[in-house]
Order: sequence, then C-alpha cells, then structure tokens
Amino acid sequence: MSAAPAAAFFDEMNVPDGGVRAGYEVISEWLKQAPRELLVNRKLEAEHFFRRIGITFNVYGDNQGTERLIPFDIVPRVLTSTEWQKLVRGLEQRVKALNAFIADSYGDREIVAAGIVPEELILQNPAFQPEMTHFTPPGGIHVHIAGIDIVRVDADTFYVLEDNARTPSGVSYMLENREAMMRLMPELFGSLRVAPVDNYPDALLETLRSVAPRSASRDPTVVLLTPGPFNSAYYEHSFLADKMGVELVEGRDLLVRDNFVYMRTTEGPRRVDVIYRRIDDDFIDPIAFNPSSMLGVPGLMSAYKSGNITISNAIGTGVGDDKAIYSYMPEITEFYLGEKPILSNVPTHRCREPEALRYVLSRLHELVVKEVNGSGGYGMLVGPHATKAERDTFAAKLKAHPDDFIAQPTLALSTVPCFVDSGLAPRHVDLRPYVLCGADGVRCVPGGLTRVALKEGSLVVNSSQGGGTKDTWVVET
Amino acid sequence: MLSRMADNLYWLSRYTERAENLARILHVAQRLAALPSAYAGASNEWESAIATAACADEFEALYPDGATRENVIRYIVDSSANSSSIKACIETARANARAVRTAITSEMWEILNEGWNEMRGIEFDGISQSALTQFLQRVQQMSLRFDGAAYRTMLRSDQYWFQRLGTFIERADNMARLLDVKYHLLLPEKEPVGGGLDYFQWSSILRSVNALTSYHWVYRENVKPWLVADFLILRPEQPRSLISCYLELNDYLDKIAEAYGRQGPAQHIARSTTARLQNAKMDQIFQSGLHEFLVDFIEENNKLGAAITQQYLS
Repeated sequence: MSAAPAAAFFDEMNVPDGGVRAGYEVISEWLKQAPRELLVNRKLEAEHFFRRIGITFNVYGDNQGTERLIPFDIVPRVLTSTEWQKLVRGLEQRVKALNAFIADSYGDREIVAAGIVPEELILQNPAFQPEMTHFTPPGGIHVHIAGIDIVRVDADTFYVLEDNARTPSGVSYMLENREAMMRLMPELFGSLRVAPVDNYPDALLETLRSVAPRSASRDPTVVLLTPGPFNSAYYEHSFLADKMGVELVEGRDLLVRDNFVYMRTTEGPRRVDVIYRRIDDDFIDPIAFNPSSMLGVPGLMSAYKSGNITISNAIGTGVGDDKAIYSYMPEITEFYLGEKPILSNVPTHRCREPEALRYVLSRLHELVVKEVNGSGGYGMLVGPHATKAERDTFAAKLKAHPDDFIAQPTLALSTVPCFVDSGLAPRHVDLRPYVLCGADGVRCVPGGLTRVALKEGSLVVNSSQGGGTKDTWVVET
Repeated sequence: MLSRMADNLYWLSRYTERAENLARILHVAQRLAALPSAYAGASNEWESAIATAACADEFEALYPDGATRENVIRYIVDSSANSSSIKACIETARANARAVRTAITSEMWEILNEGWNEMRGIEFDGISQSALTQFLQRVQQMSLRFDGAAYRTMLRSDQYWFQRLGTFIERADNMARLLDVKYHLLLPEKEPVGGGLDYFQWSSILRSVNALTSYHWVYRENVKPWLVADFLILRPEQPRSLISCYLELNDYLDKIAEAYGRQGPAQHIARSTTARLQNAKMDQIFQSGLHEFLVDFIEENNKLGAAITQQYLS
C-alpha cells in the first residue's frame, strides 16, 4: 500500500457516483439545504459554548500556560449500528486480550515460554514495573479504561492504529461534543435515532466500584486523582469527577496509614477504596518511584500491594500498549483467547527483525516509521511527505537503534466532510472509542471521540498538532 | 468534603473580603486627602492607610521617602512585594476559586474572573485620580456581588459554611485593625476622649465601612468617638460590627458541628469571644484601654482562625 491519490480516499458520507452512504441521508440533505450563514452561525455558537464552559487544554512546552480550545467541527461523523456492533465485538476482544497479556507479563510469562513474544520486549520495556511481578490487582483486571484508536480505509476495513492502556484522555470531548450538538442541531436529532453517550460517567463509576478491594465496604469510595490545575487535561479531570459525583483529589489530599488510604476531609480522614488516577506511574508514589514527585502519595504502592486499594488503571499497564507489543496483538489475541482477532492491525514491520529492517530501509519513501515508545505524533517519519535529507537522517537513526522503531504503510485514512473556511470539504478522521472493563463485564458507550486533521491533506489528528474533533453518531439504519 | 476544598473556599472569601476593605480604606484616604487641612486635621491620611492595612514596617523598608500618595497607592494596590495588595488578593482569590470550580456556583466564578480580567487591563503606574476611584469602586462592587452571589446561589451545606467563615473572620479582623489605628492616630494620649476632634476624621471611619448614615439612624447624635466604637464593636444591628461577625461565626460553626456530629476548639473559642462581646460595656472598655481591648480581640480572632484551620482545613 502506498500514498493514495486524493480521489482514492474513502469518503464516509459521499459515494463517488453522487449518492450518499447509509446513515448519512438526513445529514447530507440538511447540509444541502442549510444556507452558508446558518452553518457559520452554528460554528460560532459551538465555539462560544466551548469557551463559556471552559473546556480547554493547556499546551505543553508553552510557558504562557495558554488555555486553548480544540477546534470543533459541526458536521457529525456517522457509524451505522451494524458497523458499530462489529466494532464493539472487536474492541471487547481486544481489551480482554490486552488484560490477559499484561497479567501474564507480570505472572509466569507463558507467552514468552511459548516463543511468541520475546522476553526482552517485556522486561526491557520502560513501562515495565518490576514491583508488579506476581501481584494480582483487585478484581484481577489491570486495564479498566482503554482508548483504542481506530482508523478506517474502506467500507469494510477498520484498523486498530494504537492501544491506549495507561490513562487515555479525551472522553470529556466526546461528552461535551454531544452536548453542543444537541443544542446546535436539534432538528437533526429529531429525525435521527442517535445512540446516547451521556451514561458514560455512570458506566465508569460502576466499573470502578466493581473492582474495589475486598476490604472495602459495600458502598466503596472512589476518587479521581489529578496532578492539579496546571495539567493539560485538568478540565477533563474536574468534569469527570463532577459527573460521577466523586471527589477530585490531589496527591496531598491523600495519606496512607497502616497500608490503608485515606483522604483528608473536614470530618477527619476518610477511607478511600478506588483511585481513578490521571497521574503517570512514575509520579504516583515518591517512595516507590520518582522520589522528586510532588504529585503522588507516599506509601501508596505499599497499600496497593497489601490489597487495600484499587488503582485504576493498574500500575505498569504501559507494558501492553507500546508500538512494539502492538505488532504482536494478533498473536496475543489468539494465544490467550483462542479466537481470531476481529479487528485487524495495520500491517507492521518490526525493525528489530533484520529482514524487516532491510525492507523498511529500501521503502522509506512510502512508509510511516514510528518510535516504539513515542506518542502524540512526535518523533515519527511520514515517508511520502519527507524530503530526501530527512529520510537519510532517519535511516541513520534506524540503523543505529532498530529496536526502537516499527514501520507501517501509509494508510489511506477515510475522510468525512467538514465545514471549513472554504465550505464543506473532506478531512481525514480517526476514532477513539472508550472501553470500560470491570469485574462485572465490559462496557462501551456507542461512539467515541472522532478526531479530525483539519489541515487540508494532513493525516495527523492529534490536538497538539492542529487536529480538531467531531461528534460521533451511531445511528440505526 | 475535602479539607483542601474547604481551605480554598475559606481563603477565597477571606481574600475577597480583604480586597474590599483595602479598597474602602484607600477610598476614604483619598477623600480626606482632598480636604483643606483645616478640616482634615494634622494627621497624614496616607500614613494612616498604611497602618490600617497592617503593613507599616514592610512599607517603610520599601519606600524610604515615606507615605506619599503615589507610594501608598502603589503599595496597597498593585505592589508585587505586598502579598496582601488588592491585586494580590484578587489574584489569590481567583486561584483559590479555580481550584474549586465545582464547589462554587458559576455566578461566583464569573464575578471573580471578570474582576480579575478587568484588573489585568489597568495600568496602575501614574494612574489618575478618577481612574483609581473607579477601580476602587469596582473592587467594592465585585466583593458585594460575590457575597450576594454566594448568598443567593450556593447550596446550604458545609461548602457554604466554610465560605462564610472566611468572610466573617476577615471582616472582624479588618474592622478591629481599622478601629485600633484610627484611635491611635486620632486620640493622642494626653487628649481627653471627646475633646477637640474633627468631625471629618471620625465620620471617615464610619464612611470607610459604609456606616455613616446608619450611625445617625441608631444614635441620632453627632459623630462621637465612643459611640463610633460602640457602634462598630458592640451593636448587633451594625452588620460589620465585631459582635455581628461573631454571631455569624458562631452560627456557622454550630451548623458545621451539628452536621459533623462533634465540636472542637473552634466552637469553644468563638463562643467565649462572643460572650465577652455580649457582656462588654463601652465605658469599661475605654477605662481599661480600647487599644488593649482591640489587640486582645485581634489575637483571639487569630486563634479562632488557627483553630478552624487545625480542626477542618488541614
């Protein structure tokens, strides 16, 4: 597969011969009839709505601490309920496999013994936490909240682009985007049956309570642990805590006494059973991990290992979601579940394998090369868009540290019409559904966060790189 | 509720209240400074403003050329060296509010955020008389609106009670300091009470707490120093008097104790201070020394603040 010509991109709304795909009929009709001024107004209203409720993110590396809005596009992205049903089955399977792999990584490592995953990919993974070896978290689940990034290339093919098993963010945009759309486009909601997403906070709370430690009362206390107001996702933290009706705590609000965790309240210390943490592993306990962390709770790890507190997601889940392990996900799924994977991986070349490296080096101009531990679209090479000099520099890096890289074909990401300055125009999108995994089952609200590359021709959807978002509608057809 | 959250609510209110009191002090100083000296008396109003804001030592170190209008305004309004300047108070109040966005109502947040945004657009260096007056008025309005928004929109739960505790502890402290300094300046040792005092000076105290008109309604007399003290210390009808503040503090501390099912040192201290104020007579206070009385009160008030922090906020 190589960079496809513009016409070859799969347009999720329009069929090349002039028709409209299932699920988009009403929207397409509405867009045709709406005068431009109406769309301009709705766009302004949306911006006003987001500005007023303060849904912003802080930009890393920007010393001004600027609070920015993520651009929002008013044209919804549609999935039919049939498409969604298939996705959900695949997502559930994927998260089960991820959980099984992480548990095994910290257990007997049967998958290594079976010769499927090389041991060093686990043990030398920077996200591997030796502290977790032979420790079973409450409920036996490591990943309670996963964000699985999905891309589409044609009518039938969805690929998993990336698994996020640490502290996936963005779910507040999914919820606020829907809130905004229901205000802006009531006429569309009136004629389409769009599956609701607003029960996500309840589903999240149920999931978290289901994995409370055994010593917890029948009404377990859940808190959301945030690094604080200066974190880029603070809005989301306070939003979720508010919607779940749980306390939003910082590290200094928690204390550990006799291996139990308490929060400091006006009525004295109060037991905490489940911590939904939005702090990375390394910062969560200055005694066990980074001693200079001011964000964490001293002694938390010891309470965790005594089985008195649930940390969600578990410590060390990053061992399952990096790009090197990603390439093994089909084998991982088969090994633990005995099933064929429902969702495909993007075909991936592991540069650590000499044959693959040779292939990648000879095809740099048509491949995307990614750093195994990189994220956010930084540190990658998009072959077709790179200059010869850039490719040569990258080739040198590749040869020096082949283990650090994987390569994938440039995907012909699907497009959805967006309302941009020039009018309606196709832009590339991806999708991040959120999968919740509790002791009482898997939950997945229909939809997710659609991210869109607003720059014409761009394939990078990350908000830090000029991406925006859309509301995602799962509709019955 | 989380102690940190209660702490944020408590200080949010203290700083808003403090900003208002500072604005009132400056407002009155400006008014007095504009009078011919025959009316205003010999004392330096700007010096008195600094003394009331309880920062004389630090000020002298920073401004060796003394309490000129420019120095005082710069120091009390926007000095970064003064952690209790009006600007710093509003900054701190907003930072506290931002940390507890979910615990305050959107009305309260918007008032503070708006006040903060407005303030950032002002250039205080060489600010004109009228622009300063306008700014001081806006600060007072902001505090009044904030107070009103809290009163009218907050759920009556411990969040509201801690927010109120901050308001009244700060108000009691500011009132006691204001009285102490004014008496100190206006009543030299050898001068008998009631002798040779200037109407404008005394009414300025009342004016700075917005109590000049109500004074006349209550006493139907000319402004007299012992009545001013009586009004601002012992009269429950006067909403900023020390006793009024303490009746409120008692009330909110009782509500908290009832909700939590236990009381502690904070309730005991508040109750005993209230009882002292209720049993006090103005002539006895003057006999044993108003200054001593006020110094004792400020100390007791600080003790209450420390007890609240110890008991609930840490």
